[in-house]
Amino acid sequence: MDSSRNAHRYGKGLRALSISTVAVITIALGLVFFYAPLEAEQGFLQKIFYLHVPLAIIALCGFVIGGLLAIQYLRTRDARWDMRSYVTIHMSLIFALGGLITGSIWAKGSWGHWWVWSEPTLVSFLIVFLLYATYQPLRFAIEDPERQARYASVFAITAGAFVPLNFIAVRLSTAYLHPRVLESSSNLPTPMAVTFLVSLLGMTLLFATLCKLELTAKHTRAQLRALRRRADRRSGADSHSGWAGEAQRGSSRSAAPALHHATTMTARSAARQGS
Amino acid sequence: MTAGFQAPARARPAAEQEATGAPDAAATESSRARPPGIAATVGALLRKELLVELRTLESVPGMSLFAVTTFVVFHFALNRSSVEGDLAAGILWVTLLFAAILGINRLFVADADQGGFDGFLLAPVNRSALLFAKALTLLCYLVVLELIAVPAFALLLLGPPLGRALPDLLAVLALGDLGVAVIGTLVAALAVRTRARDLLGPLLALPLLVPVVIGCARATEPLFSATRATAPAARWLLTLGLYDLVFGLIAFALFDFLLED
Repeated sequence: MDSSRNAHRYGKGLRALSISTVAVITIALGLVFFYAPLEAEQGFLQKIFYLHVPLAIIALCGFVIGGLLAIQYLRTRDARWDMRSYVTIHMSLIFALGGLITGSIWAKGSWGHWWVWSEPTLVSFLIVFLLYATYQPLRFAIEDPERQARYASVFAITAGAFVPLNFIAVRLSTAYLHPRVLESSSNLPTPMAVTFLVSLLGMTLLFATLCKLELTAKHTRAQLRALRRRADRRSGADSHSGWAGEAQRGSSRSAAPALHHATTMTARSAARQGS
Repeated sequence: MTAGFQAPARARPAAEQEATGAPDAAATESSRARPPGIAATVGALLRKELLVELRTLESVPGMSLFAVTTFVVFHFALNRSSVEGDLAAGILWVTLLFAAILGINRLFVADADQGGFDGFLLAPVNRSALLFAKALTLLCYLVVLELIAVPAFALLLLGPPLGRALPDLLAVLALGDLGVAVIGTLVAALAVRTRARDLLGPLLALPLLVPVVIGCARATEPLFSATRATAPAARWLLTLGLYDLVFGLIAFALFDFLLED
């Protein structure tokens, strides 16, 4: 009863979010290919701008949001905040990889090189990516779930503060800046700006949907495991070996050890209700 | 933040002696009456760290030897007998950075493996004292490292004479060391109680130290100029100072959370 209500709460809004994501991204793609004018210098290649820039913006915002969620975890010590922080950073890392690849393609198309050191945004983005690439190795190298959440939060806050600082430092370091026609949406012609904003909105929705999906999946899996454990005990099977076997299976399968923590919490509350 | 303060004061002397092997009679006396102030704690911890390093010689000799060897490696890898300008600044800072990472990796190992953390947590003292003490320890290591590595660099590789650039170089070194010490301490505390600490320490430290390297290398570049050494641009010193300050505050705010168990 309770668990199904919980699952409903967690999955709530996922369908609406998914549908709006699909709708907005379809509109954005339509605008990109049929409405936005061809850029005079770069021609068709410039269309990657509507993919690359939103990906990068969302990734960076996601990193900073991950830091804010980690602050919330350290304040409340509620494992759910840590899981949200983990999922946000995880998704941002994927988006950042997409941003790096599309940026590289764009650089090859417009400047003739896959990598351009004189472009400060790209360089700082790489440094941030390299830093966040150590987030998961750091997490998974700590066994105790509580300490894992705490250390990961400290990392997330430090790295979240590092993101803007690093951009300032790298921007200072490049002697000259590339002439960037498309730097901000303020100097874009209106059709391009509209297309860009719709693309950004679509990408934001995609990010939110994916985060929500991962959170729901993690929560559902944790609940399933707790229920199975409860069923095992009720059926009067050898409870000791059942617990140990289940715990082992859980830790080997778990993608995020934060989940494990949530699992034990859910299991404990389930046991309380059961008894 | 709270649990440690309530620990009985009596636990402290025994735990500290056991953990560090360096009993501090004065601090023990005063702790019976009331918890020592943060300055006294930092002083005691720093004394203990330097004493341990003097007795074991685990970090600083290795770091210095590494730096000198790296200069030799650079000589052969670049096939140059003397360097100047941006190349010289780059070689100096890359070498110092990697040598510092050796020290960062070892900074908390004894505390994690031999119960130093437990001893410290039992003591009724401010936990930030450990951050300050460790950062000061790392700063001392770096100063000693540079006392050896910078003259060695001038002797082995540097083309233009070091003398006239020295006052400005000292300022850049001081700001760089401060940044490395603060970030290094935070990263070392993050990595030390993980399974792959030798790997994670450098992986975490290097991206965080990139802005320090940018600032230091760019500020050092004009000092090693072949024609005439000019003062570093003020904006680099300012950037370095600000970066040090911000990360000092971040480390101060977050360090307590790494010490809760």
